[in-house]
Amino acid sequence: MKKNSSNITRYTWLTAVYAFLYIPIFVVVFYSFNNTQFSLVWHGMTLNWYQDLWRDTNLWVALFHSLLLALCASTIAVVIGSFAAMNLYWYRFRGRHLLYGLVFILIVTPDIVLGISLLILFSLMHLDLGFWSLLLAHITFCIPFVVITVYSRLVDFDSHLFEAARDLGASEITIFRRIMLPLALPAIIVGLLLSFTLSLDDVVISYFVAGPGYEILPLKIFSMARLGVRPELNALCTVIFVITVLLVLLSHMTLRKKT
Amino acid sequence: MKYDSHFRYFSLTLIWAWLGIFALLAFLLVLGVSFLDHTQAHIVIPRLTFTNYQFLFQPMLLKIFGKSFSIAATVTFFCLIIGYPFAYFLSQLDRHYKSLLMLFLIIPFWTSSLVRSYAIMAILKTKGLLNLLLLTLGIIHQPMQLLFTNVAVIIGLVYNLLPFMVLPLYANFERLDRRLLEAAEDLGAGRFIKVYKILLPLTKPGIYAGVMMVFLPSMTLFYIPDLLGGARSLLLGNLIENQFLFANNWPVGSAVSVILTAVMGGMLFIYWRATQRHERQQVLL
Repeated sequence: MKKNSSNITRYTWLTAVYAFLYIPIFVVVFYSFNNTQFSLVWHGMTLNWYQDLWRDTNLWVALFHSLLLALCASTIAVVIGSFAAMNLYWYRFRGRHLLYGLVFILIVTPDIVLGISLLILFSLMHLDLGFWSLLLAHITFCIPFVVITVYSRLVDFDSHLFEAARDLGASEITIFRRIMLPLALPAIIVGLLLSFTLSLDDVVISYFVAGPGYEILPLKIFSMARLGVRPELNALCTVIFVITVLLVLLSHMTLRKKT
Repeated sequence: MKYDSHFRYFSLTLIWAWLGIFALLAFLLVLGVSFLDHTQAHIVIPRLTFTNYQFLFQPMLLKIFGKSFSIAATVTFFCLIIGYPFAYFLSQLDRHYKSLLMLFLIIPFWTSSLVRSYAIMAILKTKGLLNLLLLTLGIIHQPMQLLFTNVAVIIGLVYNLLPFMVLPLYANFERLDRRLLEAAEDLGAGRFIKVYKILLPLTKPGIYAGVMMVFLPSMTLFYIPDLLGGARSLLLGNLIENQFLFANNWPVGSAVSVILTAVMGGMLFIYWRATQRHERQQVLL
């Protein structure tokens, strides 16, 4: 009897939290198909709002900018971050703890602090705010997430694997290339997808280091959302949500297949 | 052997140079600017001063600090109250359901928090779903003003940050030795004792990590109050945003950031002191 009542509590709690997490998003998805500008009542199915999106050239430009930025930033961050993680795992070099601490602190640091820090740095460097400033900033906030993802994957392996390879005469670079890299590959891919998503979604840091000449999607959405709830925006948010779900599923499957 | 060390030095130099310039140097610049002066014509002038910090002690600014702290504390409290049992229940499920439900938790975690804040806007607006629901149920008789209030800001922040509380807690619960709970049960411990004497102490690292991941962003995610709270609601994040982008007073904005970083430092210090190394590794995402 006691078991039963605690089961009910458990499922109610779980259901309630998931409902809280998903209902707002589903409401947006639902109304993106509603054939009316303002009303809450269902006026029939329409794809008008998606057609409006399709025709909005400014939006396409911002999307292209965002995708280009996310692609470049995540690729570079993954290269730098994965190498760093493998070094952190394999070598006992001086400043190792400092590096690890710095990575950890960067994850905890509020985005706004990093945003204004980079704004000050870039203005001191006389770097014009635009693609390059955004790229440097995005690489910087993606690196720690890559390092943590790859590092925690490596820690999960038996370190004897690597030691055995060394004892059998493999050079360090062979260990890196032939053993560590393939084993860490799923984590590296997840780091890439995560960085890509983080870069695509970032508002706070981009808000400070973006310039008028290079508009990106999140900032565009932010300025649109400031004007209130609108059907086109419902449609846009739905599209973004669907893309995110696909990315999560992709990374989930990557990790699953290899473990 | 030569290539080895080349590779090693190259990759280590790369990461150090990158983080050294774009993180350490940049943070130090903020600290430096917070001690510099500014005039109407120039954003920053190189003259040492403490006025930026004195400025923060004005009653108006102290009020913003107080409000920001209390909002962040409220948000953290709700995230913990909702997230702690949630993470526990989740960790108790069968493996099969668990991985599926974890996936459903990761999806909002990865979804743009701007999109999610917008979704909260859509729910809370005067002609929104929540008002409609409350009216239909007869709980209220007139649509309530929900959007552009502090309550909306708190709901928006809890909604956005809940996954950040749940994930470290869940990681902690997952590695918990279940036999301890069973042993306590066998020895006659009631539910209260079980939670208070065993669960809470063992999940301390998860709680600390979760609180940190929620508390700091809830003071700084300025776009959530911008969207949900209207102009009246000011967090530390909005203060920094205003000083940097509208008042053009970088030194004061920097001083606020330094205070914020000090708060973060304090929290990290407590976390470091209160947890063991192996415990910290358990809750890393």
